[in-house]
Order: sequence, then C-alpha cells, then structure tokens
Amino acid sequence: MGAEKIQVIEGRALPLRGDDMDTDRIMPARFLKSVTFEGLQAHVFEDDRLAAARAGQVHPFDDPRFQGASILLANRNYGAGSSREHAPQGLRRWGIGAVVAESFAEIFFGNSLMIGLACVTASPQDVAALMSLVERTPNATLTVDLQAGTCQAPGMTVAISIPGHVRDMLMTGAWDTTGLLLDNYEQVNAVAAKLPYLTGF
Amino acid sequence: MGKTLLQKVWDLHKVRTLPTGQTQLFIGLHLIHEVTTPQAFDALRQRGWTVARPDRTFATVDHIVPTRQRQRPFIDVLAEDMIASLERNTSDFGVPLYDIGDERQGIVHVIGPELGLTQPGMTIACGDSHTSTHGAFGAVAFGIGTSQVRDVLATQCIALEPLKVRRIRVTGQLPRGVYAKDVILTVIQRLGVGGGNGYAYEYGGDAIERMSMDERMTVCNMSIEGGARVGYVNPDETTFQYMEGRPFAPQGEAFGRAKAWWRSTASDRDASYDDEVEIRAAELTPVVTWGVNPGQSIGVKGRVPGASGADAQVSDALAYMGLTAGQPIAGMKIDVAFIGSCTNGRLSDLQEAARIVRGHHVASGVKALVVPGSVSVQKAAEREGLDATFREAGFEWRDAGCSMCLGMNPDKLEGNQVCAASSNRNFKGRQGSPTGRTLLMSPAMVAAAAITGVVTDVRELVDEVPAGVR
Ligand code: SF4
Repeated sequence: MGAEKIQVIEGRALPLRGDDMDTDRIMPARFLKSVTFEGLQAHVFEDDRLAAARAGQVHPFDDPRFQGASILLANRNYGAGSSREHAPQGLRRWGIGAVVAESFAEIFFGNSLMIGLACVTASPQDVAALMSLVERTPNATLTVDLQAGTCQAPGMTVAISIPGHVRDMLMTGAWDTTGLLLDNYEQVNAVAAKLPYLTGF
Repeated sequence: MGKTLLQKVWDLHKVRTLPTGQTQLFIGLHLIHEVTTPQAFDALRQRGWTVARPDRTFATVDHIVPTRQRQRPFIDVLAEDMIASLERNTSDFGVPLYDIGDERQGIVHVIGPELGLTQPGMTIACGDSHTSTHGAFGAVAFGIGTSQVRDVLATQCIALEPLKVRRIRVTGQLPRGVYAKDVILTVIQRLGVGGGNGYAYEYGGDAIERMSMDERMTVCNMSIEGGARVGYVNPDETTFQYMEGRPFAPQGEAFGRAKAWWRSTASDRDASYDDEVEIRAAELTPVVTWGVNPGQSIGVKGRVPGASGADAQVSDALAYMGLTAGQPIAGMKIDVAFIGSCTNGRLSDLQEAARIVRGHHVASGVKALVVPGSVSVQKAAEREGLDATFREAGFEWRDAGCSMCLGMNPDKLEGNQVCAASSNRNFKGRQGSPTGRTLLMSPAMVAAAAITGVVTDVRELVDEVPAGVR
C-alpha cells in the first residue's frame, strides 16, 4: 500500500522557541472533543496564542510573516506529554510538513511518522542559527532534504538526523504501516498460540 | 548474559522484523476509550476491515464523562456524541464496553488492573500515554496515537522500535510522609522530562519491592512524564497476591501455573542494563511542582528557583505560575484541591487522604473534590465510609472518571485558579482553563493543602502521618 513519498520538504519556516513544548499546548484538550480530526488546524497552540495576544505579543503561529510556513523549527523534547495524535494532526493540517528540532518526545515522533509528518533533529547550535535566520528573513526558503540529510537555508546548510529506517519509510511512502502489519496473519496467529495467557495457562 | 523483562516480553511477542527495520509486535491487551478512537474506527470502516481480536480489546469511558448528573443524554452534546460513537463502534465491532452505569466503568488504567485484565508478561497498548501504569505488573505497556490504535484494532500488532532499559533502584526506607508520588516526582526532577526518551524504566530496589501494587502503579504511571514510554516493576509475590481472584485472572490450578510463567518473565539477576540510576529513599521529602512541567518540582520545604541568571524556561514558568524567584513554595495559596486520576485515584490514595482530613474542614474559599478512579474504587470507599469523611470535611464526592486531571468534562479550573492536584500533569492549561495553574503532589499533601488553604508540609499538619510505604 503506497502512501505519498516524502523526500524533500521545501518552504518557509516558523520558529517556535522553547523546550519541552507539550502536546497539551500544541492542542488543548477541549479540541479533542470531536469524532474527527477535521478543523484541528484552527486550534494549534490556541491557548499560547491567546496568552501572547493578551500580553500584547504575537505568537509565531499568528505572525503574518510566518503564515503558510511548511517547516517548524523547535527546541528540545518537542511534543512531550499526552499521546494525542491530534497534536501532529493539527500541525499537519495547518500546513507543516517537517519539524526540525533539537529532540522529540517519543510518542509524538511515532504519531508524526504515522501521518507522514517528517520529524528530524539538528544540533542546538544549528537550530538556533536557523531560528535567527528565519526571524531576520521570514521569506527565506528552507529545504529539508531527507536523502542528503541536510536542511538548507540561504547562506547555510546544516546537518539533520533521522533514524535510517524512518527516513526510508518516509522516502519510499511506507510510513502507513497497516498494510505491512496486515500482511502475515499466519505468523501473528503463531505468536498468539504460544502465549499462555491466551491459551489458558 | 541474562535478559531484562523488557527483552523477554519483547521476544515473546515479536512477530517479525518488518522491512522498515521496526519490530512487528503482537499486542496482548488493547484498552480503548472514547477520546482517541473514533477516527480509528472510521478508518476501519472506510477500508472494510474488522477488529482482529475483539476478545483482546476492552473499552470504557473515562476522559469526558461527567462526574455528576450522569443521565443520558449528557448536557454536553459533544461529549454525548463521543460516547454514542464509542457505543456504536464497540457494538458494531463486537468489543466489550464498560459504559456509564456499569460497575466496571472507570479510568482505563484503574480498571485494567482491577479486573485482572492487566497481567505480567503481557504487551498492553492504549491510546493514552499513561498506559505505562500497567507496567507495575511486569507488563510492557505503552501509549499510542490514534493511527496506531487503528493498526492494533485491525491487526492486533504494532510497528515499534526496540527500547533501551534504564534500571532505577530506589533503596532504603522512605521517610514518614513521603509517598510513591514523591518518589516518581523526584525521579523525573533528577533525570529530566525528556531523560527517558528511547528508554523503558525498570524500577527496582528494596523501596520499590516493599511497595503495594497501588504504589507501584503510581510510580509506573508517571514514567511518561520523564519521557519514558514504558515503565515497569518485575512481578513478585505482591503482584500475584493482587492478581488472585480478579475476574479475568486465571483461576484455581491455572493460577499456580500462571505464577510460574509470570515469574519467568522477570528480569534475570545477571541482566545487563543500558543505564542504571540509584535514588536513596532516605533523602526524599514530600515534593511539589512549582512550574509547568512535572520535572519542575522541589521539596515542600524548598524555594522556587530562578533567583539569578534563570533561563528563559524557568522565568516563563514562574511568570505563568505567578511566583517570584526564590519564594518558598510552602504557603502558596490554593483555590482548588483535586484528589483523583489514574496516578492517585485508587482506594489506598483515598484512604490516605481521608486520614489527613478526618476531623478537619476544607479551608474557606477552597473548592475540594474527590473523584474515585473507578466505580469499584468508589463503592469500596463508600463501604468504608470514606465518602462521609470527605463530605463532612467539605469535599465534594463525585462519580468515577478523569475529571479535573484534564478538564474535558465540566470539572475545570476557572481563570488562573491554583489547584493542588494528585494528578500527573501541570502543563499550561492542563486542567481546563487556559490560565489555570496546577501544583502536583501526593494525595496526602493535597488533603493537607485543602484543609489549610495553602501548600502545607503534611508532616507538620498531623502528628500521625503514616509511613508512606509500609
Ligand atoms: S486520569 Fe488524566 S492522565 Fe489518567 S487517563 Fe485520565 S486524563 Fe489521562
């Protein structure tokens, strides 16, 4: 079953400063009260955005300069906390195709892969450099190249990393794993048949 | 070289290595709830798939259910919609559902163990990050997202990367007034909220071995707050005693055989670990969070950080919490006290809190509520008269659910209220108000704060604070 092949993500970027950005902030729980993922893009970071507005500031997701961005720049342990897929779903639907961060929380990383949202890491220095570049020149086009393992920006190219198998899954369109898992039910039954808690001790 | 429980359980459930390099892992128990599954069932319908193992899939409702006025339809139409959707999905696909009104309803991580569904040596998945709770039994249990819920429904398998194992030994005697909650908050504070990424946490050492199952569940529950998707304790006699007689546990002679197998899944003595950490129990104190993630905590006698040269994250957290750098946390005024959640909403938690509140009254201006983790916890507590104890002290006694842990039902903070909470997350906006503030602590500490109206060292409130871990 082929999903979209994701090899290069190109576009403007949105810098979002801060470590340990949790999924409750990315998608507050009240927006989980729905039987679909539709419309979630409207609520990405909603409470942080409101708080910024109240403080007379502009949250990056509201900043006109970053509208239409497709690459999110983030710091350490991005996507911590709740397993809600609504968080990466919201980002994906908002238009984000790749997140470049210092590191990711594991469940967020896995959920993103399941929906074809590329999560790649870069060194803290490189993330900082990319963020400042984008803040200075919001129109800059960045290119996340999974094959080359780089993120290119005007005047700089930084190394990104992504586990080899994750890169391959994205690049070959094999990130939708259900097909693979459905493939070999015999083998699955063989494993189940050896588990005493299923066979009755 | 011996193996860890994680390796053994992994190997037992491994179907094959996928072309992607991931492991296809068989899931022994799939727990589902109303919030993270509707889209997964939709995907099944669209693709014409069935649920592979409805006999290994169990559903309940917890996240959005009201904790009073539970007549249907719910006043909240969106909540009604989600419950109705789960009812339809479970009935269409043949999955048992412990719905509102069922004696077995409750928070998914409370009812799994209670019913004996959760067993040592199993793989357990649920669309909820606190699935790590079930690791207290020596299961390998982890949270998944909705697309993975779809995969598990359709195939009873998941594609996963292997985990490293960090052994966390808690050694020595816990001081008076220090609970399992304080142990895990200390672990998270020391190792960091991202410190467990890529790891399973194996908790051991004599302090863990002496813990009851309820206490072990509290510890394993918050593994994810330290970044570890999986946390577990090796199964032992305490585990088996808890299991015996549970509805889904093996009965009679089979129980004896099950015990032998369960024991065989425990980590070998000579197992090697990717990392080891020791925590000395005697050094621990009651812990309170001061910030906006569970790693931002201090001892109740401590002062919040940030006096000079604080990083942006600390100052941001202090500003959100309305705290001044260097201020003592004790004495901080609270508006709400919440006892409940999958971390600390079990019977022993309520018993402990009740011991503190007995003979006292909730401070004026404080709203205090107790939300049992399950109907069964609620009934057991009522049989002991704990509901009366709490009510007389001015607490509200509610029906079972997640409630104010995440504020998806009518139980929410308002404005920038400060809540002393026995739950697991103090993220910005977590308890349902975008500016609400959460202080995480043990249920006994929440009870103490409820009575005095401020963050209070429970050890000073009553002479007879029981030893946290017996
Ligand atoms: S009690 Fe809180 S953490 Fe636990 S399952 Fe419910 S919402 Fe999640």
